[in-house]
Amino acid sequence: MRRLRFSVAGGLLAAVACGMAGAAEIAPQDRRSGADFMSAESRAMQAEDAANPGMLWVLDGERLWQAPAGAAAKSCADCHGAAQTSMRGVATRYPAFDARANRPVDLAGRINLCRTGQQNATALALDGQDLLALTAYVAHPSRGLPVTPEADARLVPFRENGRRLFERRMGQLDLACASCHDDNWRGRLGGSPITQGQPNGYPLYRLEWQALGSLQRRMRNCMVGVRAEPYELGAPEYIDLELYLMSRAAGLPLETPAVRP
Amino acid sequence: MTRALVNVPKTARAGDIVEIRAMIAHPMETGYRQGPNGAMIPRNIIRRFVCTYDGAEVFAADFHPAVSANPYLAFSTRATTSGTLTFAWTDDAGLTHTASAEIVVT
Repeated sequence: MRRLRFSVAGGLLAAVACGMAGAAEIAPQDRRSGADFMSAESRAMQAEDAANPGMLWVLDGERLWQAPAGAAAKSCADCHGAAQTSMRGVATRYPAFDARANRPVDLAGRINLCRTGQQNATALALDGQDLLALTAYVAHPSRGLPVTPEADARLVPFRENGRRLFERRMGQLDLACASCHDDNWRGRLGGSPITQGQPNGYPLYRLEWQALGSLQRRMRNCMVGVRAEPYELGAPEYIDLELYLMSRAAGLPLETPAVRP
Repeated sequence: MTRALVNVPKTARAGDIVEIRAMIAHPMETGYRQGPNGAMIPRNIIRRFVCTYDGAEVFAADFHPAVSANPYLAFSTRATTSGTLTFAWTDDAGLTHTASAEIVVT
């Protein structure tokens, strides 16, 4: 048993060690969306609205956008109007700094702040279907626009923490995010391409999940994969990581709702 | 509540073969899985899909538990007259979810 575990982990670590020499951030001209690593069939599924299952959540999000909520009985549309125009470009800038929380919030967190602060409604459950649908609906008008992280100086320490977490080894396999997604993204693992871990399509429809899921869910998957204990749902570490990931993805087009295998 | 996406060309010439696509949000729970408490999750799948064009059935499909969630179908039919295409998905509980789309044939 012990021998088996070592052979599996050893092979992985050997592959990682080979790439360690180039342990550096991906150059802007080499940045590639996860879509580039997919089969032509999966790319076609993402590109065609009638075939992209993520559009079912966008459709649901539109209903939620129009629906009055909370004690204020206001809908998102009452203040923000048509999302197609008012929300265009918004998702490319998130996570953004929130002065009241005194830390960055992601798009889903922003929606919940709006719910509690403006609509006097209860916050939607993190990673619940309603919040995923609203987030996808709000991000959808930014599809095709380049990721443009905010230059806000208050974000810098959080982004740096995100980078630190990205480069920190964790779990029984003792791998950092960077071990695969910076150093070995040209390689393959178990037959599947190792991607760059770009966050430009969330929330996205993963065929493996048969559902729409958040970037936090994807990060939890990766942490379980290296046999680390994932951070709790909604932990600030996820936002810091997302901040760093978005700065690392600057210039890539937003693809929400993307499709991934 | 039905969440379905149907795609039918808005216009077509008589005699044209048109592609029709239909997708519905549905968990397609197989009935073979256990929940967190160890109890079986009851089966809940779409049993049958029927598409009618101007009242006549042009396509139908039987679904089985191996079909993935949010099933997507693409099929073709010949455009004959302007009219309504209706889509109906019937699930295990006998509930029918419907959607429709118009086509103008010139």
